[in-house]
Amino acid sequence: MQTIAVVDYGMGNLRSVVNALNHVASKQQQVVLTSNPDQVMKADRVVFPGQGAARDCMRAIHDHELRDTILAAAEQKPFLGICMGMQVLIDYSEENQGTDCLSYYAGQVKYFGDFHQDADANKLKVPHMGWNNLTQKKPHPLWHAIEDNARFYFVHSYFLDCADAQLIAGECDYGFTFTSAIAKDNVFALQCHPEKSAKAGLQLLTNFVEWDGQA
Amino acid sequence: MPLAKRIIPCLDVDNGRVVKGVKFVEIRDAGDPVENARRYNLEGADEITFLDITASSDNRDTMAHVVEAVASEVFIPLTVGGGIREVSDIRRMLNAGADKVSINTAAIFNPEFVQEAAEKFGSQCIVVAIDAKKVSQLGEVDRWEIFTHGGRKTTGIDAVEWAAKMDFLGAGEILLTSMDRDGTKIGFDNELTRQVSEAVRVPVIASGGVGNLDHLVDGVLKGKADAVLAASIFHFGEYRIEQAKAYMQQQGIEVRL
Repeated sequence: MQTIAVVDYGMGNLRSVVNALNHVASKQQQVVLTSNPDQVMKADRVVFPGQGAARDCMRAIHDHELRDTILAAAEQKPFLGICMGMQVLIDYSEENQGTDCLSYYAGQVKYFGDFHQDADANKLKVPHMGWNNLTQKKPHPLWHAIEDNARFYFVHSYFLDCADAQLIAGECDYGFTFTSAIAKDNVFALQCHPEKSAKAGLQLLTNFVEWDGQA
Repeated sequence: MPLAKRIIPCLDVDNGRVVKGVKFVEIRDAGDPVENARRYNLEGADEITFLDITASSDNRDTMAHVVEAVASEVFIPLTVGGGIREVSDIRRMLNAGADKVSINTAAIFNPEFVQEAAEKFGSQCIVVAIDAKKVSQLGEVDRWEIFTHGGRKTTGIDAVEWAAKMDFLGAGEILLTSMDRDGTKIGFDNELTRQVSEAVRVPVIASGGVGNLDHLVDGVLKGKADAVLAASIFHFGEYRIEQAKAYMQQQGIEVRL
């Protein structure tokens, strides 16, 4: 039996992630929701979700003594970051007057702003909530059978500004273009919620549970 | 290719069945909620909202089971409202598989509850539902107030100011229902929707009054809504969601097809 560990550090509702993974997992795979570092390290693949504010997330990661575990798993096995899980893998977030994050990749997380606008000066709501196009920036096994610019469900007020353009696997446009998917070796991370993105999202999760971790 | 405007079918649930009334009376049965949710998902709904219209404690158990059943097979955002009064109510619905909860009356009696909920669970899952009714007379400047108890009791609170306050306290979205229009099929109160949408930073869902597809279009173009919610036009098979989306796209609105 293979295991897919969903890292539970107390941030947000992970039920949806577990439901969707159960839906796509094979009979030989078991989905485990856990905050136990040993269980995460023993798993064959790891999903790192998260919701809420950056500082609370980082505090929860420290409180559960999961920092080293998350970084070690990101070095070793197929690893999927979702939403806040993608954001806290970066160096630093502007949220909560500045929060140091896990520094797995370089760059910053920034706020859309209270007066966010498109190019024609139309007001854009924050959070960026709803279905937007995800533009694929490089080939990747996790894009298998997903149309370029397919719509995924997003909900976030902060966006990722990735310092290394080579890592950008997907982009999204909301007033400006921002990084919405990162691919680095065995790690893939998404700003949107595949577990809530209907057919395209389930395809991405199917690709992940079948992925060998090679880009 | 901007963000798509969302179409959200709403299931009013009473004792485990979908019902629909006109101005909160004359209730008609519209079937099994799980069946309805499954169908809407196949038709391309962007989200689904469940409203527990009686919100008794027995009903909340039933509602949690409905959400559980839907969440294990429908992978789009699910919102649950009705009787959400305490942190434990929110936790229970999220644990059952809801992605958002909608808070209505409890926000009026205790606005800090919205703040507490947003801090605990994140603004992304806290929707504040506002039931507003026009109180200005013909010829006066438009004014709407918040009503409770299915539109029978006024609170004296200005609806537009209230929406801005809820945004400030941490609501991630506003579900705005015109009590004057609910169940009438004459269209949204687009002036109300526009004023609220312009007063807040967060997305606004227009609700109350949809009778045809032009009403959905007007909600977006005139009301500046980010999402449109409707119940009876979808329940009783008058329109399918994909048909509504195709029509909105023809009118120049960005939708997810």
